[in-house]
Amino acid sequence: MPRSQTRQLQKPPIDAWGAGRLGLIFSLLYRYGPPRWSQYVRKHWAGQRLVIAVPYLWLVLFFAVPFIIVLKLSFSEVRLAMPPFAPLIERVSDVAYAVNVNLGNYAFLFSDPLYTSSYLYSVKVAAISTLLCLLIGYPMSYAIARSAPTLRNIWLMLIILPFWTSFLLRVYAWVGLLKTDGLINQALGIFGLGPFTMMYTDFAVYIGIVYSYLPFMILPLYSNLEKHDLTLLEASADLGAGPIKSFLRITLPLSFPGIVAGSLLVFIPAVGEYVIPSLLGRSDQLMIGRVLSDEFFANRDWPVASAVSIAMLLLLVVPIVLFQRFQNRELAGAKK
Amino acid sequence: MKSRSWFRRFALFFGFAFLYVPILSMVFFSFNNSRLVTVWDAADSPTLKWYRALLSNDQILGAAWLSIKVAAVTATGAVILGTLAGLVLARFGPFKGRTLLSGMTTAPLVMPEVITGLSLLLLFVFLEQLIGWPQGRGFATIVIAHITFAMAYVTVVVQSRLATFDDSLEEAALDLGARPAKVFFRITLPLILPAILSGWLLAFTLSWDDLVISQFVAGPGSTTLPMVVFSKVRLGVSPDINALATIMVTIVGLGVVLSALYMRRQERRVALEMQMAKSEK
Repeated sequence: MPRSQTRQLQKPPIDAWGAGRLGLIFSLLYRYGPPRWSQYVRKHWAGQRLVIAVPYLWLVLFFAVPFIIVLKLSFSEVRLAMPPFAPLIERVSDVAYAVNVNLGNYAFLFSDPLYTSSYLYSVKVAAISTLLCLLIGYPMSYAIARSAPTLRNIWLMLIILPFWTSFLLRVYAWVGLLKTDGLINQALGIFGLGPFTMMYTDFAVYIGIVYSYLPFMILPLYSNLEKHDLTLLEASADLGAGPIKSFLRITLPLSFPGIVAGSLLVFIPAVGEYVIPSLLGRSDQLMIGRVLSDEFFANRDWPVASAVSIAMLLLLVVPIVLFQRFQNRELAGAKK
Repeated sequence: MKSRSWFRRFALFFGFAFLYVPILSMVFFSFNNSRLVTVWDAADSPTLKWYRALLSNDQILGAAWLSIKVAAVTATGAVILGTLAGLVLARFGPFKGRTLLSGMTTAPLVMPEVITGLSLLLLFVFLEQLIGWPQGRGFATIVIAHITFAMAYVTVVVQSRLATFDDSLEEAALDLGARPAKVFFRITLPLILPAILSGWLLAFTLSWDDLVISQFVAGPGSTTLPMVVFSKVRLGVSPDINALATIMVTIVGLGVVLSALYMRRQERRVALEMQMAKSEK
């Protein structure tokens, strides 16, 4: 029996949709349109508005509006009051309003070397950590993707498991290892090496970031590497290419999307990282997340703190947009 | 080929050593008698004295209890909102403002925590001035902030789970006359239950673990566990934190293993049921 006839036999009574007066029209639409759930829901169910509205309103109120407030505040002047800033549009008298749009906060960011240097330093730390993450994560993802299917799930679980334990405590664990009298120096001491100063250096921050964000690098890489068609490698071996050449010409180019996704997932949060540099990093060179928090809590300069965060976002816009497009493409790919 | 399998073993061994040595060192030294965390006192170790110290520390216990309450409420709220958002994005087709919704659900995933914290704190300050709520900051403001960033993760999990199967089952139920709400509770929800469960656990962990956002939106008297731990370890290593870490690693390890087993069983059951439903046709 053709599909369309089966449909007509199973057609529900008109009122089943609760469509009321418009039920007839809907049932006609239903009979002649290609029925998909999304369409039913859109045309027949008043509750769909509510389903859309609840998460929508929440995100507008607690994500979009706060963001607009930060944007607005970044153009305000600081004042010694509570809240400590001047309103953008102020009522001076019954007939006059003063507009206090102030670009001074942004000018201040560029004139004070503290800010520019901490921006550059954050980007440098994030970039080096991302590269180290890739160097450690790629071989691991490769090894997991090429191991036996039963082992794969165990390896993956072991990769994810530390992620479920406290991030803060995992960073703290490195304090005990990196200290001058810590475990690494004790171990090196057996061979007559060291002791090295590792705490409160850039090196310690790289280690902390790589350690904390390694799963974010491995998981997208793994899901890419796992999908590769291994017959391509066989073909290339048949044609006389060595394993290194095959890797460089086939596996590496194919895994490029995974590399991009993993790198962005590490780089973006690493730029704004606050906890790791606070516990392991230098005190003479702050990362931008720390500058923001100090500006807000220690100096109580809310407008400058807002300007710092807007500038940080501008810095991250390109990678974030890249990541979003990537995410959408992956989701669209999974649907197929 | 042989050299490459050697390389793979090498990569796995060093990778996992890198991941697990720090955690195991915390577990090991939590049984150490010495106050100097990294010097093993062979004479009086192993000892449970740091566990006893931990369990008699009212500040830590109080903070842990607050964190559990915050995380449980957050996870439940985030699962409800995130499931709705994931359903809307995966199943409702195009509608006005869809792009904005999808942007707002993925943005918190990549937004630096300091910015999320700052912006939410400013919102709460403004709201208090405007409508007198929230009066001061505490439990409610922490939960709202946590739900906002945790629901983004739940949305992604639910949405990608929904993307793995098409809507033919839902369509069939609609053909047979079920209302959309009934279709959701009888068909969609059971199918995405594993995703919802892992979303709940993920949201719980994210909230339980969050330091930066809590620091911004918490008030005096609402100190979560990560805030206590951070202020302690900033001053240097302390052995009772090792004991705390050990307890948490044990619970998480057991939890992850059990939930992995449960999920596998659940997924097998769903696959079996789908197969049976198909063969009955």
